[in-house]
Order: sequence, then C-alpha cells, then structure tokens
Amino acid sequence: MGLFVTVKLNPEECQDGCKSCLDVCPVGIFRIEGGKVKVVADNEDECTFCELCLERCGQKLVEIIKNY
Amino acid sequence: MRLYEYEGKILAQKVGIPVPAGKMVDSPEKAREVAGEIKGEVVVKAQILLGGRGKAGGVRFASDPGEAEKVTREMLATRVRDRKVEKVLVEKKLEIVEEMYLGITIDEINKRMILLAGKTGGVEVEAIAQKPGAGFARALVDPFIGVPGFRAKELAKHLGATDKGLGALGNIVSRLYALVQKFDASVAEINPLVKTKDGSYLAADCRVEIDDDAIFRQKELESLGIFPREERGREPTELERKGAEIDRVDHRGVAGRVVEFDGDTALIIGGGGASLTVFDAILKYGGKPANYCEIGGNPTVRKLQLLTELILSKPGVKRLAVVTNVLSNTRVDLVARGVIKGMLNRGLDPRNFPVVFRVPGAWEDEGFRILDKYGIKYFDRTHTMDEAAQYICQMGRS
Ligand code: SF4
Ligand code: SF4
Repeated sequence: MGLFVTVKLNPEECQDGCKSCLDVCPVGIFRIEGGKVKVVADNEDECTFCELCLERCGQKLVEIIKNY
Repeated sequence: MRLYEYEGKILAQKVGIPVPAGKMVDSPEKAREVAGEIKGEVVVKAQILLGGRGKAGGVRFASDPGEAEKVTREMLATRVRDRKVEKVLVEKKLEIVEEMYLGITIDEINKRMILLAGKTGGVEVEAIAQKPGAGFARALVDPFIGVPGFRAKELAKHLGATDKGLGALGNIVSRLYALVQKFDASVAEINPLVKTKDGSYLAADCRVEIDDDAIFRQKELESLGIFPREERGREPTELERKGAEIDRVDHRGVAGRVVEFDGDTALIIGGGGASLTVFDAILKYGGKPANYCEIGGNPTVRKLQLLTELILSKPGVKRLAVVTNVLSNTRVDLVARGVIKGMLNRGLDPRNFPVVFRVPGAWEDEGFRILDKYGIKYFDRTHTMDEAAQYICQMGRS
C-alpha cells in the first residue's frame, strides 16, 4: 500500500494473463511474477490516476484507492 | 556547453580554419615532447573555461622543451582565475603582426546569427566593441543563404585584407559560419585572429559554445574527444553531484538540478526567472538559501522524494520552501506526494518542521487536499511567491 494511493488487484494476483494493465500503465505499477500479474507496492504512489488500467481490464480486477 | 580552447581549435581545424601547430597535454613530460616536435619557441596556455587568463598568468612562453616542461609543471600546480588547471595547450609561438576579432553569435533581437568583425582583437575587445566608431562591422546572416563569398570578402576587406589575403581571410569567415552550422554552436569566436609575419591568417585563440539543446544530435563531438559536461564555474559539490544522479536515473521530468549555497532555507523551485524571483524574495525577508533545486516537466514522485531527502540532508537546513509559478507542466499533487514522502523519510513531521508550499497549477485541488491532510501551510494562486517567501522566512525563528 502506498502512502497516497493504493492499487489493488482483487484477487491479489491475476492469473488471467491478458497483461493489458502492464501494457497501459505509464508508471510501472504492475509486474509479472511467477506468471501472475501483481502490484509493485513500491510504485503505488506513482499512480497518476490515468485510469487506463481500469478501462482495459476486461475482468474489472483493478481498484484504485486514494488515501487522502 | 562552453568548449576549451583546444576543443574549439579541433572544430576549427575540422572546417579548415588554420590554427597554430600544437597539442593539448596534461603533464609536464608530454609538454616537453610536444615542444620538441614543434621546434623553436612555444606558448603554454592554461585550458580553463574563462577569459582573461593571460593577465592571470595562464599564458606563458618557453624557448625550449625543457622550459616548456618547467612552465607546464608550474601551471598545473597553480590555479588560474581560481580554476584548477588540468590541461595546457602547447603551441608554436607566432610572429604576429596584426590582431583582429571575428565572431558569430545569436542576435536575439533579429533572431539570426550575426557576424562581428573588428580590427582590434585581444582581451579588451568586448569593451572596445561597445564604443561607437570602434571599427566593428556587423552582418546578419540569412539562414537560407548563409554567408556568401562576397559577404565574407567584404568582412575580410573591413579587417584590412588585400589581394590574396582577401581570399584567405574570407575563407576563415565563411568557415567559421560553417563551424556554427555543422556543430550547432551558439557562439564561435576567434580572438585574436592573427596575421603573421609571413602574411598568413590563423586562429590564435578560439572560443566555441555548443547549444545545449543540440548536444544530443552532435554525435561527432564524442568521436573528436569532446564529451558533454555541465559547467558551473566551479566543481560540483557532493550534494550537487547526488542531485544530478537522482535526475539521471529516470528520464521523466526534471528534479535534481541542485545548486548548493551556505544558508538555512532549502528551496524547491521551478527554474527560470520565477526561481530568481523566489531567491530574491527569500533574501529580502532575511532568509538565506541553502540550496536551489529545480523541478519541472512532471518528475516522478520517487525523484521528488529523493530530491527532498537530499536537500534536507544538508546540515543546518531549518526550513523548506516549495515555491513555483503556476505550474502547467507539473502536477501539484505529485509534487506534494514526493515532498511529503521525502520529509517523512528524513524523520521530519510536516506539521512541526517549517515548510511552505506555493505551487498552484495542474491538479491543485488534489494537491491541496494532500497538503491539508499533512497540515502543511500552502498559498494558492491568489497569493504571490513573495508572500510565501515572507511566510517561510518568519517560520522557525525564535
Ligand atoms: S490508474 Fe494509470 S497510473 Fe494508476 S495504476 Fe492504473 S494505469 Fe497505472
Ligand atoms: S488487465 Fe486485468 S485481467 Fe488483464 S492482467 Fe491486468 S488485472 Fe489481469
């Protein structure tokens, strides 16, 4: 969880593998680890709220939360 | 980027401008070797990025290789105009009969390159050129035409050339323009341009500045041994070096162009004229900048965080001011995130440590919400940068 932004995958890892979120995120919030898509906790505060990941995730697995 | 004389002369040679025989060296032994190759009297010239070195002992003559070695040893051990001398240029001593001035620079008013030619060269040329009737000819260069032969010869004539000299000197004029074109120079100056006893014309000194914004495409410079660098008039401090490193690791936005001073107020500002205003305001209200660092173009939150940590790490820093003009190219909320993270990482509570923001602009509503949450005083665009400076200078005073 970032200090200002929390990017959440529900569930925490995505097995689907379409990787659209990885492609569109301009600040590298998502990463593949062991074949699954995960959030890079260190980068969450870089989120620009561009919402491209929300738009592109067909399964609506991404959630962006402001902590302020 | 200002080039050293020897680098300028490499470029001059590249476009066919004659320069005295010589070589740059960085040791007394090599100076001896070069002087031996040149034969006869030589001149040893300190390579520093400042003018007026002649009067400061940065230009000395030597009659044989042994003396060239001795002079070089002395020069490398001293400072010239408060600069450490790391390299010298060893050149054949010329038998000069005339000294002239030839330069090209940008005429900001006419938005064109301008050629300047004067019958007087030497160190005082800038003062002389200001005086009316000083014999300086000026010619604006049409970028679509360049410097045609007749125009080059006109200037050569103005400099007093006749007969064959017209061609030789005219060639130097058009080649200097070729240098500017080829290497994206914003200034190219031959001062003095000399005529020697045997009637030939040579560039005795050469000052070239390359447009910083064009360096990326000047690949040839590196192959000529000329590498990009930033010149500040002194060696960068440890803090400045670390700032540049922060900027380098990530290409997004600017955050890390740091200049260090000895005051107690850390400044994160937007660069350009607005930052000079902030600087003046801080001084006006009795503060003293500890450092100046620029942000712009939406740097990442992490860069801002690291930069904040860096400038707050300077001993004696008592306050932090983040003051800019209205930002259109940088998001206020991202700046707030980065600065707050940096403060917290340094163990400073934004509610207690004296800090002020005057960063209106893109995404300011979000930015102000963040600042509110952390209890940070901020000014919006209805307040001036001056007011923010006054506020921070009064904070942290007992
Ligand atoms: S909103 Fe944009 S920046 Fe944030 S995680 Fe999604 S794609 Fe990345
Ligand atoms: S866009 Fe959605 S479905 Fe595709 S990898 Fe990312 S989280 Fe999984």
